[in-house]
Amino acid sequence: MIRTAGEHALLVETGSLELSHRVDAALRARRPEGVAEIVPGPETVLVVAPGADQAGLRARLEEVTRRERDQVVAGAGEDHPLVTIPVVYDGADLDSVAELAGIPAGEVVARHTGRELVVGWLGFAPGFAYLTGLDPVLETPRLDTPRTSVPAGSVAVAGPYSAVYPAASPGGWRLIGRTAVRVWDVAGDPPSLFRPGMRVRFEAA
Amino acid sequence: MIEVVTPGPYATVQDLGRPGHAHLGVPRSGAADAPSLRLANRLVGNAEGLAGIELTFGGARLRFLDGAWAALAGAPLAGTGMGAPFWVPPGGELRLGAPLWGLRTYLAVRGGIAVEAVLGSRSTDSLSGLGPEPLRAGTLLPVGPPEGVISVDLAPLPGPRPAVLRVLPGPRPAVLRVLPGPRDDWFVPEAMAELCGRAYTVTQDSNRVGVRLRGPRLERAKEGELPSEGMVAGAVQVPPSGQPIVFLADHPPTGGYPVIGVVRGADLPVLAQLRPGEEVRFTTRRDP
Repeated sequence: MIRTAGEHALLVETGSLELSHRVDAALRARRPEGVAEIVPGPETVLVVAPGADQAGLRARLEEVTRRERDQVVAGAGEDHPLVTIPVVYDGADLDSVAELAGIPAGEVVARHTGRELVVGWLGFAPGFAYLTGLDPVLETPRLDTPRTSVPAGSVAVAGPYSAVYPAASPGGWRLIGRTAVRVWDVAGDPPSLFRPGMRVRFEAA
Repeated sequence: MIEVVTPGPYATVQDLGRPGHAHLGVPRSGAADAPSLRLANRLVGNAEGLAGIELTFGGARLRFLDGAWAALAGAPLAGTGMGAPFWVPPGGELRLGAPLWGLRTYLAVRGGIAVEAVLGSRSTDSLSGLGPEPLRAGTLLPVGPPEGVISVDLAPLPGPRPAVLRVLPGPRPAVLRVLPGPRDDWFVPEAMAELCGRAYTVTQDSNRVGVRLRGPRLERAKEGELPSEGMVAGAVQVPPSGQPIVFLADHPPTGGYPVIGVVRGADLPVLAQLRPGEEVRFTTRRDP
């Protein structure tokens, strides 16, 4: 289903992150005329196209979504790039995450490095990526009181997600480590290391 | 170069924003009342998208170290000519008062404010902190080189031009035309009539991110959490309190509260000029 989001935008319901990424990739590869923003979410893709022919765009989005859904059903693999992030696991909340999970701190590291994560979507702050596919054992609630400042490069978990703080900011996620990799650089092109759909593997530095 | 003597309550550099980066978590930002910035730029012969100064509640004092043509548009300031360019001599100080109505006034300078661009824009993003810092006493703003010729010398206002140029506010309470969706089905069937039934009041918590309203509570039909999804400017987002927030230029690119409707683009400048305490009405009619 495609929903109307004001005069200039359509919200494509994909129902899954995988289809969101496929539709996002397909639209970026062949961007329909007038499209200014393509914003994938866990179950949607927002397409902002001021001044575009809305009926024509809607038809195109329906076609792309149908085609990509068939690909998902067919089990066709999407070839997303993989990035490796070395982490020093000495975060302030490493012990509390271990305690909540009922495992030793070393196993937190093993479980965090043991799976390939996928960049779900970006939000909250420029370059802040919600990394999906976290080992469920590591799912922990956010801090009751967010920190007023979390250093850039902090590697954190909250709920079913992991993240790398792209810049110093307030934050309530639990810090398990830090990386020297710059995931956000306004002077870079693109400025964000993470893009929706990208695969991410953490490794203990 | 322009020296900020005092910025007034809140002032930032704004152009037309940094579109195209929402998927990286970057708000569009840019002038909250974009048509007024465009007009101010046209008045001094600038390209419409050059950076100017967005003043909130006026009140700034600016020293022009070099002479420059300047123009004001948007919320009209007491005792200041609006809608026509004026010359500020070298060393001259521009003292700007409070708006007669409205909230945001735009100062354009011939050549534009030439602070460093970030991701293609000179706009201050109040949400993420991208772009230049909000103006402070002592901030020095470089001015770019003038380009082209000044082709407009009076604001194109409708009707006969009065001897003293006055810019009148639109109807009050302001009326915002809203298009239902994308998540109107998350609310009880009466919610849209409720939104459009009585006036809402703009609260003090409003800023460039959004206008927070107080008024009839919008009841949800669906419980639970909406997965995070892309948001547009003008989105009427409804948190669990049932009190709507309408997104402005610095809105987050994604959000998790359902959007009952989206304000028409042509009415976003009206929204951007509403003061805390003012009333606003919504309508689903195309022509209110």
